[in-house]
Amino acid sequence: MTEVYRPVGGRLLTRQFYFMGFLALIAGYFIIRRFIFGIGDVSHLSDGYPWGMWITYDVVTGTAIACGGYAMALLVYVFNRGQFHPIIRVALLTSVFGYTLAGISIVIDVGRYWQLYNVFLPQYANLNSVMLEVALCVTLYTLVLWIEFSPAILEAMKANRLLRQLRHVLFFFIGLGILLPTMHQSSLGSLLIIAGYKVHPLWLTNIIPLLFLITAIAMGYGMVVFESLYASVNLKRELETDMLSRIGAVIPWLLILYLVLRIGDLAMTGNLVALTRPGPEPFLFAAEMALFLFAIVTLLNRKLRERPTVLFWSALAVVLAGALYRFDAFMIAYNPGAGWHYFPGVGEMLITLGIVAIEVMAYLFFVKKTPILAMHRPHPA
Amino acid sequence: MNIDRRDFFKVVFAGAATALTAPTAQARPPKELSPDAVGILYDATLCIGCKVCEVECKAANAMPMSHDTPLEQAHGVSGLWDSGNDLNSQNLNKIKIYANGTAEVKDRELDGYSFVKRNCMHCVDPNCVSACPVSALTKDPVTGAVTYNPEACIGCRYCQLACPFNIPKFEYDKAFPKIVKCEMCSERLAEGDIPACCDACPTGASLFGRVSDLLNEGHRRLTFQPSERQEYPVRRLDGGETRTAEVATYYPKIYGETETGGTQSLLMAAVPFEKLGLPALGDESRAQLSETIQHTLYHGMMAPTVLLGGLVYAAYRHTHEDREETSGDQDRPQDGEGRGHD
Ligand code: SF4
Ligand code: SF4
Repeated sequence: MTEVYRPVGGRLLTRQFYFMGFLALIAGYFIIRRFIFGIGDVSHLSDGYPWGMWITYDVVTGTAIACGGYAMALLVYVFNRGQFHPIIRVALLTSVFGYTLAGISIVIDVGRYWQLYNVFLPQYANLNSVMLEVALCVTLYTLVLWIEFSPAILEAMKANRLLRQLRHVLFFFIGLGILLPTMHQSSLGSLLIIAGYKVHPLWLTNIIPLLFLITAIAMGYGMVVFESLYASVNLKRELETDMLSRIGAVIPWLLILYLVLRIGDLAMTGNLVALTRPGPEPFLFAAEMALFLFAIVTLLNRKLRERPTVLFWSALAVVLAGALYRFDAFMIAYNPGAGWHYFPGVGEMLITLGIVAIEVMAYLFFVKKTPILAMHRPHPA
Repeated sequence: MNIDRRDFFKVVFAGAATALTAPTAQARPPKELSPDAVGILYDATLCIGCKVCEVECKAANAMPMSHDTPLEQAHGVSGLWDSGNDLNSQNLNKIKIYANGTAEVKDRELDGYSFVKRNCMHCVDPNCVSACPVSALTKDPVTGAVTYNPEACIGCRYCQLACPFNIPKFEYDKAFPKIVKCEMCSERLAEGDIPACCDACPTGASLFGRVSDLLNEGHRRLTFQPSERQEYPVRRLDGGETRTAEVATYYPKIYGETETGGTQSLLMAAVPFEKLGLPALGDESRAQLSETIQHTLYHGMMAPTVLLGGLVYAAYRHTHEDREETSGDQDRPQDGEGRGHD
């Protein structure tokens, strides 16, 4: 079960790379403005909508999309599916950048960033706060991710002694790296419990932590499949359809569990009647359901999921469904009361876009320059 | 390709342990009102809308004047508006108006109008205090005033999301912003004074007192007959100062007596409270529910610790091969190439 990883090589500074760099520069301009003139200068956040695009996309959705490393570790280490091991490293790569950039967005989003370290000071800790749990777990997990990912960097640096020492303790970080996302991906949903009536009844439920956790894992698998297929086409590598379709086969069961829990809960609490209320919410709910069902139907069918195009679109559907679920709950169907409206500002969106661009650039850099992707045929030793 | 049964059961066991330890955690009981808790009883039927409370609030809290650009342009003046048209990061206290139809008669729902005072409700079981990760918002154990410590605050704005009354405001226009909210003039309270709004109010519409006494006073008023003349205390309930006024028809409820677990700012009016912009809330605070769910999941950190043990063990077994192999030092990775588990 030993894989050989190799840098893909090739030119880094492609047209695409420059374009991403350009987006990052634009974001940089707005980030500077945010720090000089305040959050209101670049965003449409308000006292009614204190959380908008940055929290909803960069943190809540972004870290769920970055659950590939976590989801694959569950499969390989907990369910002992060693054959998926070659994918772990590239899954970790997206996780490492997803979480690191979520951390950077938090620094941009919080008002008093220079005091952020207060969350680590015991005299300020509020153990009743869901936010404290999320903040500590996300920070710790980002560190753990870097440690889990570091062998790739150490190999590229040929730091063999350090590498050997690291390998003896890595199992501990792998364990921690499964526990922490289980905790904070569910707590990201729990954040909304206290907001009460401001969250639409189709999304507000006491089992929201479980629903967020299940969708985060499903999105993790979806993203691994989506990203591998996308990278294969873009980096002109052979398609790993066989392995990816087997990962894809896990997703429908998670989604079925999710749908049973979610709809069962809505039926039991009587909140299902909210579907008959006027407004866009029932349609948003229907759109989520349609995406989830599309993924379930296509991925359940072996013939279908072995076709790369179908697999690609189904994986994308899972990621989009989970993202829409989060956007609806945190932003679109969130209503703090009469008189408040929110649509992200231009600067706000461009900052988010720039952060995504930096993620893509970092991905390309590491895949091309460090040993991340497994070779298809084992290297003769 | 089969799942390793033993490992699978290990995970199931850890999961079951998580689930089973959970029900032993009790629902967090609701927070009790401190016997010495103080608050403000606002009676909209007494309010004449003079807004002197807004002016004195600004003075007591050193709040800047508000600008209202459209108003200033319309009137050709600048900086004369001492308060904005709603609560915001420069207004901790705001008198608002409800108007319906012709708005002829005060304290009537149809074709009438009513004032309402908005400020922090100083909840008995405050969501904002439960939400704040760094204890920047705290509730005084004696007076019950909910106060803010900028030294602790990280500006995450979770308190804004959590507060059912949208009370905490944030300085979105500043590079070094703070949360701003009514703190019941805690510094004045500490000196034996009463909140500036109550001190300023000429009609007794804003009345300071012990919450339990204020509730008694509120229930006394609910027994009054419409259009009889009654004595109303002014400024503070125990201050002896009173005035007589004609009684309006009260809407039969004191807002804040039970809402969200009770609040220390209480309101009375002739118009239903929803019309005045006060949300219909249940009798339990969401903080209670949120903390119950969170502490159930993390019951004494026991479940996560059990789970971590299982996970680390699983990872240990599955990386076994890897440790053996690399410690042998035979297979050095070649140039820029790696092998093995990570
Ligand atoms: S009204 Fe809002 S800000 Fe005031 S104590 Fe209650 S939850 Fe906190
Ligand atoms: S903005 Fe400040 S006061 Fe409000 S919850 Fe965050 S840290 Fe606490």
